[in-house]
Amino acid sequence: MRLPTLPIIGSPARRDPQKVVRLAHRRVYILPSGQCMAFLVMLVVMVLWAINYINSLAFGLTFMVAAVMLNSLWVTHRNLLGLEITAARAEAVFAGQQARFPLRMVALDGQPRHGIGVRAHASGETVYGDVPASGGLLLPVPVAADSRGWLSLGAVHIHSVFPLGLFRTWSWISLDQRCLVYPRPAGDQPLPVSEARTDGTGGVASGRGVEDFEGLRGYVPGDSLRHIAWKAATRNETLPVKTFHGETRRELWLDWNAVRVEDPEARLSQLCHWLLQAETEGLDYGLRLPGLSLAPASGESHRRLCLEALAVFGRQPTEEHRHAA
Amino acid sequence: MLRSNRHPGEPLSIVAFSWLIPALTLSFLPHLRHVPWWLGLLFLVALTWRWRQRKQWRSPAWTLLALLTLLAGGGVALQYGTILGRDAGVALLVAMLSLKLLESQRVRDGVVLLMLGYFLVLSNLLYTQSMATVLYVFLSVYALVLAQIYLPPQHAALEGRRAMRLCARIVVQSIPVMVVLFLLFPRIPGPLWGLPRDAHDGLTGLSDRMTPGDIGQLSLSEAVAFRVRFHAEIPPPNKLYWRGPVLWRFDGRSWTMTPELRGERLNYDFRGRGTPYTVMLEPHGQRWLYALEMPGSIPEDTGITRTYQILRRRSVTEVIRYDMMSYTDYRTGPLAPSELRQGLQLPRDGNPRTRALAADLFAEHPQPEARIEAMLRMFRQEPFHYTLSPPVLGKESVDEFLFDTRQGFCEHYASAFVFLMRAAQVPARVVTGYQGGEFNEMGEYVMVRQSDAHAWAEVWLEERGWTRVDPTAAVAPERVERGLYAAVDEAASLPLLARRDNSWLRRLALRWDMVNNTWNEWFLSYGPSRQREFFNRLGFSNLGWQQLLMAMIVALLVLLGIYLLFHLIRANQRLVVDPLGRSYHRFCGKLARRGLIRLPHEGPLDFTRRAAARFPGQANEILEIGSLYANLRFGPPVAANDQQRLRHLVRNFRPHKEAG
Repeated sequence: MRLPTLPIIGSPARRDPQKVVRLAHRRVYILPSGQCMAFLVMLVVMVLWAINYINSLAFGLTFMVAAVMLNSLWVTHRNLLGLEITAARAEAVFAGQQARFPLRMVALDGQPRHGIGVRAHASGETVYGDVPASGGLLLPVPVAADSRGWLSLGAVHIHSVFPLGLFRTWSWISLDQRCLVYPRPAGDQPLPVSEARTDGTGGVASGRGVEDFEGLRGYVPGDSLRHIAWKAATRNETLPVKTFHGETRRELWLDWNAVRVEDPEARLSQLCHWLLQAETEGLDYGLRLPGLSLAPASGESHRRLCLEALAVFGRQPTEEHRHAA
Repeated sequence: MLRSNRHPGEPLSIVAFSWLIPALTLSFLPHLRHVPWWLGLLFLVALTWRWRQRKQWRSPAWTLLALLTLLAGGGVALQYGTILGRDAGVALLVAMLSLKLLESQRVRDGVVLLMLGYFLVLSNLLYTQSMATVLYVFLSVYALVLAQIYLPPQHAALEGRRAMRLCARIVVQSIPVMVVLFLLFPRIPGPLWGLPRDAHDGLTGLSDRMTPGDIGQLSLSEAVAFRVRFHAEIPPPNKLYWRGPVLWRFDGRSWTMTPELRGERLNYDFRGRGTPYTVMLEPHGQRWLYALEMPGSIPEDTGITRTYQILRRRSVTEVIRYDMMSYTDYRTGPLAPSELRQGLQLPRDGNPRTRALAADLFAEHPQPEARIEAMLRMFRQEPFHYTLSPPVLGKESVDEFLFDTRQGFCEHYASAFVFLMRAAQVPARVVTGYQGGEFNEMGEYVMVRQSDAHAWAEVWLEERGWTRVDPTAAVAPERVERGLYAAVDEAASLPLLARRDNSWLRRLALRWDMVNNTWNEWFLSYGPSRQREFFNRLGFSNLGWQQLLMAMIVALLVLLGIYLLFHLIRANQRLVVDPLGRSYHRFCGKLARRGLIRLPHEGPLDFTRRAAARFPGQANEILEIGSLYANLRFGPPVAANDQQRLRHLVRNFRPHKEAG
């Protein structure tokens, strides 16, 4: 058997990010904690006491406590050893919010782990969790998303003081996972005027111009809240939505050039703000950026497409990713 | 960037508190016997108050805390007259614990509480060191370690039963390290500095003063004074006189020891063969050691006085073990002038009837031996009575005893006899110690109990030097031959173990004493000299503390190496032994032999989907294996039989390519 070098000091990993990390003893470090120092002082006092009173049992007690302290070292170290960590996809967030990278931890040896603390190198907040014997633990690791673009998880600090808090074991791992950060929605410019477009198909009312009332039908996601028949809703199990006849759909172009701000980031923020506004008002919207144009539409996938375009505008995703790591 | 430990600043969780309470209570409980009642009450009130308010605890205002601290400190000072010393120290510790409970809010406070708990456990060892105490200490340490697990708030979710099991494992696994430390830690002769005066209060045994009634009181105790293992034949009971303090001075009521000069040599002749033996002496808080009359050698670090008392430099406050050689047949040398003066000292007046009797004896018998014989004959023939409960004596104690009450215990007879001898011009003194002892056939040693405490006389004769005369033997010969139980009428009032009947209860008690003796011999008496002896026996002689320290470090490193090896082997084995991984691995192996190799990045679901396409005939099994494995590995906790099902499926899985 190959004996490992005793790990003493660990620092943020310089390794390439990996999809899956297994904590082997070569990358799990352990050192006494501050509490351990306090207990060492107590042990010295106890031993002096035992010598002074020539009390065999006091010696025994002191050595017992010392041995228990020493023995907790193995348990602490084993608490991290043999953990397999993978990062799941993180949900996109807006800049200024907190991205949460779900880390999945599995105990390969089928032994439960307790009080595992995880902290992304980039943020100060530690989250704790216990890994059950079977199955795994999903722990969302918060990272502050300050600017738009791709946010890499980067180095992650995993640590534990279980069981006695006398030793602190830790490991730095680097996981290949990133999160898309949309621009921060901001800006006070009013929504551009929408252009009317006749829509022969009728269908769901989603423009500003509301014409003749046609009837009621069930609610489907995406319907404007303003068209819900609230009075009728009290009598029905499903939400009734008013439909209108011969309605004209209005479409809105969110244009880079229409924003009257110089700073490109502020422009993107304003566009993002407009986009969300148009979304709540149930308008069809298109996006025009230099070198990119997305035709007016609505719905979840369209929204995501537009937001992604805003997020990565002017940035090379892969390059950005490498910088952050 | 390495952050320092963050949790000391974090709030103490309710869970942590609910584990601290039993641990601290366990550490405190034995002290109920030592601290004043109001401190016990303070602890109880603090604990209850804190527990009832645990959900939204706000520590009392600092003014209230300061006031309470002052009150408690003042109370202790008033109670004991000092705040130093053993009892006052323990009382202060209890007060500190109670007040700390009231202001504990953070994890850091929890650590302090734990430490106070450990010190309470430690200080209890000043009062008792029995084996039952050891069990209690183990229990207390266990509870404290358990509470320590729950201190950091992120450990609060840990299941109680699991924590208890883990804690038991840690404690049991640390025993080898503890043994190495206990044996090898260099023992320095203590104490390092002055001990408080009350450090070893509460020890029983003979004192340097004898007043009628003292020894009778002592003989009601069944506590063992010392145990003796003879390395040759055990001398007959009438030779088993264990010499203790020699009392010269009489003030009309009490006999006291005079400060003794150290003798230059053992100035007497030994006759016959010596008796070698080893004594395990229980702490009695005095400087003298007990030895069979007369000691022919003395243990190291001790000296012998002109009255043949073995004295140690400091009091015996711990169990000590020493080897002795005694000669029961001896002749001491000539009488020094100071000895003659001291040996005839009497108060100027008092006890006229006894003095008159002595004058008669002196006139009647020119030979001192004849005077002694006449006196003993009087004890034998006249109605003297040996009893544990003699009548109380007045001012002329010797007169009243010899002529009126005639009922007494050994100290009455020894005192009266020595008084009479001195009045009759025979140099004499009182010797106290123990007489007899009981053979414990199970451990093959002699137990000498407090109930064997005895007082006898020594007279100086021209030809023989100092000669032992036991007047009690004249009154009650069975006392010397068969012990106290056979000699007194009030036998039933004696403690069980001082009796010599043969009930099963007594046999059980003997066995228990044997266990205690082993405990004393191997554990409690393990000090600097015993440590040296232990290493001599192993073949390392004259180890200094530096070598011991080195040996300890080396042994610890070896032990740690063994632990590390086991730790790593187990950590590695576990990865391979993981049953779930093994099943899946086996499944992949079967497919690989059929030419379908799992790609490194392929998860179980992707891989089984691909495999199902390759082996459509067994698609159902393959997909089930994939989903079972993925669920077991990554999903929420599931029933145990899912794992069995997976194993079963994999075992019976035979991939064969379907034609078409």
